[in-house]
Amino acid sequence: MGVGIEVRGLNAWYGKNQALKSIDMTVAANHVTAVIGPSGCGKSTYVRCLNRMHETIPGARAEGLVKVGEMEVYGDGTDPVEIRRRIGMVFQKPNPFPTMSIYDNVAAGLRLNGFRNRKQMDELVERSLKLAALWDEVKDTLHKQSGASLSGGQQQRLCIARSLAVEPEVLLMDEPASALDPISTSKIEELIFQLKQHYTVVIVTHNMQQAARVAEFTGFFLMGSLIEYDKTEKIFTTPTDKRTEDYITGRFG
Amino acid sequence: MRSRFQQGLDELKEKLLRMGGLAEQAIDRATEAYRTRDAKFCQMVLTGENDINQAERDIDELALDLLAMQQPMAVDLRFILAVVKINADLERVGDQAVNIAQRLLDLISEPEVQLPVDIPRMAGSVTTMVQRALESFLDGKAEIAEAVLQMDNTVDRMKDEAFVVLVQRMVSEPSTARAALNVLLISRALERIADHATNIAEDVIFWVRGADVRHGGAHYRS
Repeated sequence: MGVGIEVRGLNAWYGKNQALKSIDMTVAANHVTAVIGPSGCGKSTYVRCLNRMHETIPGARAEGLVKVGEMEVYGDGTDPVEIRRRIGMVFQKPNPFPTMSIYDNVAAGLRLNGFRNRKQMDELVERSLKLAALWDEVKDTLHKQSGASLSGGQQQRLCIARSLAVEPEVLLMDEPASALDPISTSKIEELIFQLKQHYTVVIVTHNMQQAARVAEFTGFFLMGSLIEYDKTEKIFTTPTDKRTEDYITGRFG
Repeated sequence: MRSRFQQGLDELKEKLLRMGGLAEQAIDRATEAYRTRDAKFCQMVLTGENDINQAERDIDELALDLLAMQQPMAVDLRFILAVVKINADLERVGDQAVNIAQRLLDLISEPEVQLPVDIPRMAGSVTTMVQRALESFLDGKAEIAEAVLQMDNTVDRMKDEAFVVLVQRMVSEPSTARAALNVLLISRALERIADHATNIAEDVIFWVRGADVRHGGAHYRS
């Protein structure tokens, strides 16, 4: 099951440039939360701070409270590898391991975590591919076909299956459908909607209609600050802050 | 892209205001017909209805295009939704003006009967409501729209009073029943127009403030 995320006073920097300024945000468990804002507003930095991916960039650092369930992401002694197992991530461009089969792509995370039981692994791979709505399309070629030979939309669902295989509680998605055609996008969106039954989903998107379609809550970022955070229908019909309204109506940004 | 969208919104506003002008004109002509007992004005109302109907179709079509092509959000979405609803109300105002014209044609085909009802005064209040509602739409001024809501009670009262005295007259002087019934139906049509003006004012408040003030009280989305 998904867990909630509690963010208090989160700041992040790239060298001397502050990319996030004192973010407070409560992300509801088993819901989809969208993060929107113009380029450079800090939305990708924000989600990358949730599983400590941000600090993998040289010179980048973050501080503040991020609690995922009971786990303090920035707590002393918290293992980043364990964090990233519990908080999966899907990126803009599908990035399957090109030389691996479909099966091995999904099993990669399990193997990395020391998983060896073949029968259980088969079950987890199947379950993950089913959750990612890809199973029916690939079940006959699991070992024969490479991940790279799938279509763009299928590759992205494969990457989602790979993230799900290690049984995370939270799934972060950074522009997961921006490189996909409308049919694949709609499949991914439908999938996101289904996934929230089992996971907490945070999605970064430039596409406001997509945020409106998939998310129950939406946060608007601008210049490193969280300007407004509310139910999605409120944000897109009657936002409280003028800057939110100006952005979502295309008057700036 | 946005400037093209803004042009579309401006065009929508202009079209709706032009339609509002046609609806106002229809009420004015109907009022003039009552005052002068001149069938010419009634005919003008009846023929003018086509223009209002055509305007309604044009506005709905443009609104639909903007929704489909531009996927508006927030204030723009509320604006287009308000326009679509106001459009329907204005078309109904046109219909009510036609109802009045038809009653008047019947009324003036008979000898004039003096009835204790001040229809021109009621029509004056109703016209003011429609004008003010359209003014609030023109300028996006919710406070003007609020004033329109306050006026609706006055018109309702006028209609109730007309109803009482006209029924009394029908009973006491049955020979005037036909005229009294026509005037009663005219007052009812005017009261309906006031209701449409009220709806328009409510839609303007929704557009500007995002608040639903229908059915009493202000409901903001939580």
